[in-house]
Amino acid sequence: MLRQGPRFLLSRVSAASMGWRRQFATDLPAETAGDSKFVEAWKKVIPNIDPPKTPSAYMAPRPPTPSTIPSKLTVNLVLPYSSILSGKEVDMVIVPATTGHMGVLPGHVATIAELKPGILSVHEGNDVSKYFLSGGFAFVHANSVADIIAIEATPVDQIDPNLVQKGLAEFQQKLNSASTDVEKAEAQIGVDVHSALNAALTG
Amino acid sequence: MAMAALRREGRRMAAPLITPHPINPLRSSLASSDREHTLLGVRSISTQVVRNRMKSVRNIQKITKAMKMVAASKLRAIQTKAENSRGLWQPFTALLGDTPSVDVKKNVIVTISSDKGLCGGINSTSVKISRGLHKLNAGPEKECKYVILGEKAKAQLVRDSKKDIELAFTELQKNPLNYTQVAVLADDILKNVEYDALRIVFNKFQSVVAFVPTTSTVLSPEVVEREAEAGGKLGELDSYEIEGGETKSEVLQNLTEFQFSCVMFNAMLENACSEQGARMSAMDSSSRNAGDMLDRLTLTYNRTRQASITTELIEIISGASALEG
Repeated sequence: MLRQGPRFLLSRVSAASMGWRRQFATDLPAETAGDSKFVEAWKKVIPNIDPPKTPSAYMAPRPPTPSTIPSKLTVNLVLPYSSILSGKEVDMVIVPATTGHMGVLPGHVATIAELKPGILSVHEGNDVSKYFLSGGFAFVHANSVADIIAIEATPVDQIDPNLVQKGLAEFQQKLNSASTDVEKAEAQIGVDVHSALNAALTG
Repeated sequence: MAMAALRREGRRMAAPLITPHPINPLRSSLASSDREHTLLGVRSISTQVVRNRMKSVRNIQKITKAMKMVAASKLRAIQTKAENSRGLWQPFTALLGDTPSVDVKKNVIVTISSDKGLCGGINSTSVKISRGLHKLNAGPEKECKYVILGEKAKAQLVRDSKKDIELAFTELQKNPLNYTQVAVLADDILKNVEYDALRIVFNKFQSVVAFVPTTSTVLSPEVVEREAEAGGKLGELDSYEIEGGETKSEVLQNLTEFQFSCVMFNAMLENACSEQGARMSAMDSSSRNAGDMLDRLTLTYNRTRQASITTELIEIISGASALEG
């Protein structure tokens, strides 16, 4: 009888469902020297317990800023529920910042942009894919890597125009009949999002 | 008088049969049942006690096996969610760096733990790390507070750090975890707690048998600006242009809140995965132990049974040979 605990458990588990034996592919066991200061300070005060790991230990280090402008922009589009684009090389992206639509090309200056609900278009050669974002942040780094973090992103062709019209009317009605500041703010947000959706479908 | 003699006989019969037995608690229970039976005039040693014990151990084994299966199915459900959410905190670390050794006045340690028990040592590990961070960051002008998520960490930390606990949240896993719930929770925490640095302590899910205690640090906008001026990891932050919002500090404020909710979402999912994984392995070792115990009890049962048969045979045969003369 197998009495080696972890191996026994692992073999039984992997019989039930594949792919659990290995670490997640999204994690990389890279060790960084950045938190050596933390580790040393920890070891001085609490010598008996191992120090906890920090997030940089689980992330691949980003490429340094190249001296010449690269030809492609690397885009990461992440949502809480999935990473839609991860390390994809494209020519241009247009992000819906609060100050207006902003085009990002390779070699763009480093920027932190707050996003409003609107369309994100990703241009790759002749293909353009459009996603409707619910808002979030976009970071453009000096090494031509763009990180776009949003809460929801749906491809534009999956949006139903009838529901958009219905939602817009509903929220406009709520805005007119709102009494407290909180209700007004919520109704205003609903109106903004639905107007943006409307504009996305028509424009 | 006769009864006392019978009782003594019973004990003398019981003693040699019990001594080779490895499990101690049974000794007294077997001896007491012998006394009962010898009082009634029956001279065989009872196997009832062992049988009861075996029945309860078998039930425990079934229960722990079922709990393991339940934990496995829950783990499967939540594992894909956790894997998908891992891209969420990486952009923030790429932008703002990882600064666990930052020196600030108001530290808040957010400890994530489970509500239910029987999940191995992960909650104790989280509490140990939280206490360690508290020790590391406590000082003459610095203060360190706790925000606790989950019953188990609350129970452990209330014992010695009751005055340092700012907020405690329980029953977070009643509904499956989603971002909206975590955003509301993060908003609650940020509104009610004054902080310069938030340190989130959780168990990262590496595999079904490996859980790594991890701490993520989220800095308040003022500290971010201070560190950016000081140089080091955040020194490049000034080179970033800010789009949107009226002032840089407003955007940084939104950025901090967004970062906190994203990091919390990932941390809670990872901790939930670790909890289910730890429960799976705890229940598995428990059913294996129950199986071992059952084997030992079966041996005892057979020995006791055979001893009583032998005793009866001896009595019959010695009685018969006495009659023959």
